[in-house]
Amino acid sequence: MTRVHSALFGAMALAGLSFSSQAMAADWAPSKPVEFVVTAGAGGGTDIFTRTIQSIIQKNNLINQPIVVTLKGGGSGAEGFVYGKATPGDGHRLIFGTSNEWLLPLVAKVAWKREDFVPVAAMAFDEFILWTRPDAPWKTAKDYVAAAKAGNVKMGGSQSKDLDETLVKIFERAAGIKLIYIPFKSGGEAAVQLAGGHIDSNTNNPAENVGQWKAGQGIPLCVFSSQRLAAGPKVTDTMGWSDIPLCKDQGIPVDEYKMPRAVYLPGGVSPEMTKFWVDVLQKAFNTPEWKEYIEKTSQSTNFLSGKAFADYAAKDEERTRKVFDEAGWLLK
Amino acid sequence: MIENFTNLFIGFGIALTPYHIALMFAGVAFGLVVGVLPGLGAPNGVSLLLPLTFAMDPVAAIILLTSIYWGALIGGSITSILFNIPGEPSSVATTFDGYPMARQGKATEALTLAFLSAGFAALVGVLLVTTLAKSVTQFALLFSPIEYFAVFMLAFASFVAFGGGSPVKTVVSIGLGLSFATVGMDTISGSVRLTYDVPDLIKGISFLVVVIGFYGIGELLETMQEPLAAKPVATRLDWSAMVRTAREWPRYWVTLIRGTLVGCWMGIAPGGPTAASFMSYGIAKRFTPGNKPFGKGVPEGVIAPETADHSAGTSAMLPMLALGLPSSATAAVLLGGLMIWGLTPGPMLFKERPDFVWGLIASMYLSNVAAVILALASVPLFARVMSVPFTIIGPLIGVVCIISAWTVSGSSFDLLLLFIFGILGFFMKTLNYPIAPMILAMVLGDRSEDAFRQSMLLSQGSLTIFFERPLSATISILTLIFLAMPIVSLLRHRFTKKAID
Repeated sequence: MTRVHSALFGAMALAGLSFSSQAMAADWAPSKPVEFVVTAGAGGGTDIFTRTIQSIIQKNNLINQPIVVTLKGGGSGAEGFVYGKATPGDGHRLIFGTSNEWLLPLVAKVAWKREDFVPVAAMAFDEFILWTRPDAPWKTAKDYVAAAKAGNVKMGGSQSKDLDETLVKIFERAAGIKLIYIPFKSGGEAAVQLAGGHIDSNTNNPAENVGQWKAGQGIPLCVFSSQRLAAGPKVTDTMGWSDIPLCKDQGIPVDEYKMPRAVYLPGGVSPEMTKFWVDVLQKAFNTPEWKEYIEKTSQSTNFLSGKAFADYAAKDEERTRKVFDEAGWLLK
Repeated sequence: MIENFTNLFIGFGIALTPYHIALMFAGVAFGLVVGVLPGLGAPNGVSLLLPLTFAMDPVAAIILLTSIYWGALIGGSITSILFNIPGEPSSVATTFDGYPMARQGKATEALTLAFLSAGFAALVGVLLVTTLAKSVTQFALLFSPIEYFAVFMLAFASFVAFGGGSPVKTVVSIGLGLSFATVGMDTISGSVRLTYDVPDLIKGISFLVVVIGFYGIGELLETMQEPLAAKPVATRLDWSAMVRTAREWPRYWVTLIRGTLVGCWMGIAPGGPTAASFMSYGIAKRFTPGNKPFGKGVPEGVIAPETADHSAGTSAMLPMLALGLPSSATAAVLLGGLMIWGLTPGPMLFKERPDFVWGLIASMYLSNVAAVILALASVPLFARVMSVPFTIIGPLIGVVCIISAWTVSGSSFDLLLLFIFGILGFFMKTLNYPIAPMILAMVLGDRSEDAFRQSMLLSQGSLTIFFERPLSATISILTLIFLAMPIVSLLRHRFTKKAID
């Protein structure tokens, strides 16, 4: 009897809830706990991005449902996308990833296409830096390229046929060199291998290599960007992020290469659901906590949603497809 | 070194507040529960509580989360011993002799030995972290993929070479394990292997699902065959068995110290606690005098893997903090936590946040002691479970297996795999194929394949690279000696036999 009663009461409360949120001009709001799916391993860049958003939303009460973070990083993140694809039309499951959403299907037999997901927003753009070991004979990116022309320079990176190796391919072509690429499981591993002097260089994101830089176990040569990084406090005694030269000024004509950190919904969700999450993420984007995260991880930030995000993805896919084609990686 | 101890005392000053001590006990208790449930495990338990720590001070947060880890490591042995289901991957080797002991009515003894050994080894591991912080970090930097491969081969050789059974069946079992480990995305080539277009296989086959299938379901099927098994095992519930075991425990000091050393080495190397426990078991089996019947319930067979597991678990905190290199899934979650709390793991952490590092190290002494105390207090409760008749406990184990396999990644496909592996495990057991080498091959297969192919990229295809660098050469030669030992002893055996004829 009481159980029936409380169930009734719960349904009434739910109805009231959706009614009140309707009154707030948003047509949809989550009616049960929300799941944030991380398409990468624990402790990596995507995990931290996801948990930052989670903590901002919870601290500022941006939604009135709890958030559960699930790690689905198997198969370079393919696990998470396969998982997300399984619930079309469900606005309670957000997928957090990078450009792997549209790049992975090009090179590996995964069970989704770019169109299977609705892009919600790209919020942060992580930079790529050319790092080298401190005892290397070269001190600038120019010298590095000169040495690489002679051959046998080792370049480490995270995963294979992924963002790091794609950049290495673009870099090789631009500079007219050939590197020995060695894939590791993560950027963190590539940073430690560089610190031990087992590889000559890597293309880690700032946050992946900053610990080693501080300790003098890795030196930044140049950043693959069109403008210098934000200054911030000095990292070592003499250098800060803005002191890293641009690769294109060092004779490496790579204009810009960035990794978007983005949020997707499963395909088939209603426009109201997408709108709800764009609004929530926009609110999270405007908090001081988000600024702090961007500064701490030395990323650049820009809120892309709707058509702007779709255009960005299409342009990036087109550019990368060319690189993949030349490298012979495209799936037949 | 003196400086380290001064720092440690400052660390105790930080860790020893009522708030932190309460967190330690809460964490350890939660960890024990998490560890007992196979599949839930330490990595899931820690990531469950991670959001709670966002608002906490980093020192309090890491104390809470690492305490869960220590609790889960200890708790993982409980189901290994009682039901032959490893709660954690690193407690697989504990089942080999722990479960037979429990079946013989010595559950209390096995649990007591496991907890005491675990506590001892964990404390030695922390002591190592305290005294050798700096030099150990430098040592870990020496490891390139070439050395990693050598370490994995050493772990392999020490376990496989000293195992018993038919060599052909062992090779088949290893081959199966290696091929299960191959399924899914390949790190080196970036392509998908052996998935047969099944989307659920892209993520690979979870090691935990295989373990729960083979040991949990496989064991259930096997037990159902024997009418005798339906009888409960008489277990003495008195505390005196515990006290007696504790008194006898120092007698195994050789196994204790050997296992701890293996664990410390694998924690820093870093090969991880799971490989360490297998390696330690293999070595104990080979070098324990008196031809003890390993695998049939000898105390050394519990002590060896437990010590290695826990000293590896604690000493692996060093490469994690000082290099940002996680040696286990849980360490990876903790690393993510560090970055969210605003700390950068890496060589400078010791200089920038000594309060955090030394507070954590001090807490490791205390929470490991707390974990052993709580675990020992639970022994009579858990031992009592053994006296429940199989007709009741059997279905319960089945349910626990299914829930556990589900919790690994919330995929119903894993449940299907669970039963396939359960049936496969049953037939392998019936046909006398050893399962342990297959499990080890699954643990190490993926990582050693990556390390081998990375080495080949580094050396541009030259196999001699493994003998060119001093560290990898030393380890590789040791591996060859281990592998040669069974052959040598076999030849010597034949030779002496002939001489007698």
